[in-house]
Amino acid sequence: MKKKVLTVDDSRTIRNMLLVTLNNAGFETIQAEDGVEGLEVLEGCNPDVIVTDINMPRLDGFGFIEGVRRNEKYRAVPILVLTTESDAEKKNRARQAGATGWIVKPFDPAKLIDAIERVTA
Amino acid sequence: MDMNEIKEIFFQECEEQLAELESGLLKLNDGDRDPETVNAVFRAVHSIKGGAGAFGLDDLVSFAHVFETTLDCVRSNKLEPTQDVLKVMLKSADVLADLVSASRDGGGIDESRSRALVKELEALAHGEMPSASAHEAPKPAPKAAPAPAPVAKAEPPKPTDESGFQPIPFTFDGFGDDEEPALEGSVYEITFKPRRELYSKGNEAALLLRDLSRLGDMSINCDMDALPALDKMDPEASYFGWKISLKTVKSEDDIRTVFEFAEWDCDLDVKLAEEAASDEELPMIPVPFDLGILDEPSISEEEEKAVQSSADETVAAAVSAAETATSVAKAAGRASEKKESAAAAAAAAAQNNAAAAAAAAGQTIRVDLDRVDRLINLVGELVINQAMLSQSVVENDATGTSAVNMGLEELQQLTREIQDSVMAIRAQPVKPVFQRMSRIVREVADMVGKQIRLVTEGENTEVDKTVIDKIAEPLTHMIRNAVDHGIESPEKREAAGKDPEGTIKLSAKHRSGRILIELTDDGGGINRERVRQKAIDNDIIAADANLSDDEIDNLIFMAGFSTADKISDISGRGVGMDVVKRSIQALGGRISISSRPGLGSTFTMSLPLTLAVLDGMVVTVAGQTLVVPLTAIVETLQPEASAIHSFGASQRLISIRNSFCPLVDVGRVLNYRATQANPVEGVALLVESEGGGQRALMVDAIQGQRQVVIKSLEANYTHVPGIAAATILGDGRVALILDVDAVVAASRGQSMKPEMSLAATG
Repeated sequence: MKKKVLTVDDSRTIRNMLLVTLNNAGFETIQAEDGVEGLEVLEGCNPDVIVTDINMPRLDGFGFIEGVRRNEKYRAVPILVLTTESDAEKKNRARQAGATGWIVKPFDPAKLIDAIERVTA
Repeated sequence: MDMNEIKEIFFQECEEQLAELESGLLKLNDGDRDPETVNAVFRAVHSIKGGAGAFGLDDLVSFAHVFETTLDCVRSNKLEPTQDVLKVMLKSADVLADLVSASRDGGGIDESRSRALVKELEALAHGEMPSASAHEAPKPAPKAAPAPAPVAKAEPPKPTDESGFQPIPFTFDGFGDDEEPALEGSVYEITFKPRRELYSKGNEAALLLRDLSRLGDMSINCDMDALPALDKMDPEASYFGWKISLKTVKSEDDIRTVFEFAEWDCDLDVKLAEEAASDEELPMIPVPFDLGILDEPSISEEEEKAVQSSADETVAAAVSAAETATSVAKAAGRASEKKESAAAAAAAAAQNNAAAAAAAAGQTIRVDLDRVDRLINLVGELVINQAMLSQSVVENDATGTSAVNMGLEELQQLTREIQDSVMAIRAQPVKPVFQRMSRIVREVADMVGKQIRLVTEGENTEVDKTVIDKIAEPLTHMIRNAVDHGIESPEKREAAGKDPEGTIKLSAKHRSGRILIELTDDGGGINRERVRQKAIDNDIIAADANLSDDEIDNLIFMAGFSTADKISDISGRGVGMDVVKRSIQALGGRISISSRPGLGSTFTMSLPLTLAVLDGMVVTVAGQTLVVPLTAIVETLQPEASAIHSFGASQRLISIRNSFCPLVDVGRVLNYRATQANPVEGVALLVESEGGGQRALMVDAIQGQRQVVIKSLEANYTHVPGIAAATILGDGRVALILDVDAVVAASRGQSMKPEMSLAATG
């Protein structure tokens, strides 16, 4: 069965790149544009893994991750943070919020898929 | 979708982000200190950088990076966004925009300018930030190639490394190879004891062990001593630790990379076997590592190996141990899932719907403009067709049946609604154009050494895209003019007791089916003496002409008029306000000026919301059918003989409620007839011209009021003075649409040069 990935990113460019990369790699992809929409879409899409950006309007990645971890049903879903941030502080905050791992942008497709494979069975 | 399409999307997105960036910076400039404004500004640059990185646009990435770093200082309150700081940032936004265009269209940018700005930005960031993290060299896209670090030099990455996160490429070179990589290499002893946080963050010990097994030949011992009795078990606690022996050619770094995501949430020790030799403490069951529990096709090799290598009982023990660990860890997550599984299955279809609904909320689609234009054209044809149908029904006298009548009425209603809806698709806020103006103000003000602030209002006012596209140019010219001529130099302003910083206000609003754009400056106003003199010198008016202040002000719209004593680089490009006026008129718009000496001037432009249709009054003049734009008409009246007064040789006035208004015979102006018609036999249309004055246009009869589809005369034939465009009427005949201002101007020609083209549409 296809693995299902929920991506949350406010950039149309990155959303499209994720979509193409994930679809080519045989994943089913569901997309949201910010944390708020991410949490809405989460209910009912039951993803195997979540890939989220940090800097987003309405609800940023930290808040989104916390929201997922608070959700009784989805709190064990692996979450990968997509970020161009190279500073340790952001990564730490993401981890504290409950992120499973991270992918440094600009991602190349192989790196993204590897990271997803790493955290999913 | 391929990469080129995504790149196209990226550039579209850049445009939006740049607009966001600029409006955010301008808000900050106005004293807005909302953290969300700063965040939005930061995000805009951040997004551009992110996308640019994906496409390897290194110039863009490195500039955006420096910009972003400085913005981050503002965001974290390390840098106060003073006017000076914002000035640098606004300039940086301009350079960023240039870089985006250069990346899209090729071509270069002013590199000295961008280099200078990078220095300024870095200085700002350095000024307040600890130098250690002040800035780092922007990274080009990291290569996926593995960086083989010698084992001896390898240093474990520290979780809280101050120098920032180093992207560590994770590669599984050993994975999938049929050869045995572990024939040579070193043996590592790894102890791994997850804490409960590891599981609560979605990591999974079994997966980590799986990844580890891909590095080489691995045997594993599970320490289950901590496991309590079942009734004492906390389903979310972590009870197991593992001791792993791994024979691999990989470095210690590669091993630690496996635990990259988990290293904060576990006790991890990696040692070369020799060092670890004396480390044996825990009683362990030695077993080859088996991954059967993971149930994943991609690891079948390991499964096979495990099956071949041993039928040992201990395997089963280890497997069940690992399985217990896994299921314990996941228990909580799954328990709730199972409870709900029945309900979940039933709701599966509904879930899909919910997801779709959530995704649809607030969504927009992007449509090629050509498609919308095609639709608009078709709707235009529909409107004409509907009118023709109505007419033929009337002509064939089929109106007797109420069903036909009602059907026709409904059709008309529907057509109208479709038309409005289609027009709404193309309606866009004037914001992007206004935003472009702020850059022009900045640049021109810099050039002429003036301090000017642009204030915009009503930028969300919507108007047809074609109108937006076409107002940018005249507006640019007017803005340049306002900066160059309107606002005085700071010294002059101070001498006059004004704020040395001038203000230009650009506003947009809807008014009675048109959009009104006003450009106000608080400069010196029109120098009427000089304008008058110039007009006389340039032979535009007679030396003894008696003109009102308003009329003098409006002289600046005359062809060949320029008040600038010396032609400046900025506004004196041989393009005068007459060109501005002509392009506005070509849009079916009007422009006028009002000025108060010492206080400034206001230019008012009134434009149609769309260039595709027009509400018009269909009239007859000398046997010809003409359409007069309804927006121009103030009222219509039937003149009485007593109200008509002769004035001069051929001029006539009509008195309306105790004021006199010049009478303009449209038939004469358009040369439809040689002699003036008798006003009493016709109808007068009272129109307002852009100068503010009223005129009464004489036509023979009014046929009715109708929405007409505008067909360009220039595109299909050639420009005709006094005529704005053409349309097709219900009976299939072509009717001309009157250019009211041009006709009025032509009739006024006596006091000015009698040249039709003066005010005709260009």
